[in-house]
Amino acid sequence: MNGFCAVFKRELKGYFATPVAYVFLVIFLFFAGYLPFREKFFEMRQADLQLFFNALPLLFVFMVPSAAMRLWSEERKSGSIELLLTLPITVCQAVLGKFIAAWCFLGIALLLTFPLPLTVHYLGEPDWGLIITGYIGAFLMAGGFLAIGSFFSALTKNQVISFILSVVACSVFVFAGNPTTLEYLALTISPTMVTVVESLSLQTHYESIARGVIQFGDIAYFFILIAAWVIACMLVLEERKAS
Amino acid sequence: MIDVRQLRRSFGPIVAVDGISFAAQKGDVVGFLGPNGAGKSTAMKMLACFLRPDGGTATICGHDILNDPIGVRMSLGYLAENAPAYNEMTVAGFLDFVCDARQVKGGQRKKALDRVVPLCSIESVYHQTIETLSKGYRRRVGLAQSLIHDPPVLILDEPTDGLDPNQKHEVRRLINTMSKDKCIIISTHILEEVEQVCTRAIIIARGNILVDSTPKELTDKYKCSLTDVFRKITTTKKTA
Repeated sequence: MNGFCAVFKRELKGYFATPVAYVFLVIFLFFAGYLPFREKFFEMRQADLQLFFNALPLLFVFMVPSAAMRLWSEERKSGSIELLLTLPITVCQAVLGKFIAAWCFLGIALLLTFPLPLTVHYLGEPDWGLIITGYIGAFLMAGGFLAIGSFFSALTKNQVISFILSVVACSVFVFAGNPTTLEYLALTISPTMVTVVESLSLQTHYESIARGVIQFGDIAYFFILIAAWVIACMLVLEERKAS
Repeated sequence: MIDVRQLRRSFGPIVAVDGISFAAQKGDVVGFLGPNGAGKSTAMKMLACFLRPDGGTATICGHDILNDPIGVRMSLGYLAENAPAYNEMTVAGFLDFVCDARQVKGGQRKKALDRVVPLCSIESVYHQTIETLSKGYRRRVGLAQSLIHDPPVLILDEPTDGLDPNQKHEVRRLINTMSKDKCIIISTHILEEVEQVCTRAIIIARGNILVDSTPKELTDKYKCSLTDVFRKITTTKKTA
């Protein structure tokens, strides 16, 4: 537990000790505001955040890997991994410490979008339940992408490679649920397989939570997704930490 | 305190450490000598539980490196080659992190810092970020990190590399003062250092231990300086 706390504390502080956090937050908040307004946020005359939540998957596909790419690549490149893993810290504690710290950082980024819900609250009477489930869904989605990103970050010393690979992997998870993709797949594979692909897609589960329906299946999907990639990250790290 | 048995590790087709065995007790300062690529660092990394050996094992203070890596790391201070650290942190923040990880808390932490910071003479850079430090200071910060929990066993990979002559002298003096109640392994290329601080010299080449003796015995036996002894041993064995 001590190892986990030490890594968690250092990581979260580390974000704000470098310009990384501020650059990330400014860019993220700019696009989180810009994308809904491009879709005519005010002209819709609806007091909800549907446009904001619809824009998030695309935004996260690029933003989350950029926050995740440094997690292990940097550590391996600078050699500090040799320091970290010769302290009395297990690989498991180190991976979880870093992952949770980065997830908290993304949580902070999401919380900083608070002017949007405040705006709709001022202008109308939004359904707060829907907004809260939307944020829960967004937070879970960020965790899923982050787990994918941390895996690819452990895979290579090069941050650019890690970023590109995780963007591609995240896009696959988002676009697998896209109607166009599914229609195309229906031409080549059996309908059961199409349903399987659809249920594996992150988009489907995110949208169902964002619509205000919290189902066990959707929550379980995110936790299994996160656990699988985080465990894969631990295994890869154990194997390649010194290479 | 250190007991190494048939430790072996290879990287692909290259055998880096080929079944080395030795033991060291409290009060020993063991110098690891050998040409570049001899397997010194690899052996040290395995003892610090960073690399997993392919075969053999070792115990440090009774903890097995395979079964109880956390126990080993708790009783060990390890300074890796090039003294890796987190560049964006200040020296103070970095040592705080190491204390967190090593469970040095409260009053104990204050005492540890008051002891280690003057010992490694890093007071003047205490609030600087590590990336702004010179190589010598970085290494001293690394040394401070490895001493903070006052470990019974110290493994230092080239601790005086990149230091100026005065700092080298200081580090050797530091090792000498600590040697009474610790077991220390250092690797080095500087042979005069071995004569000054080590009670034992282990010469490694191509993953094997060629000589395990005291520096004095070596110079007496070959009747020449340690540099010549080193050259004789490592070059003749290679051509054979």
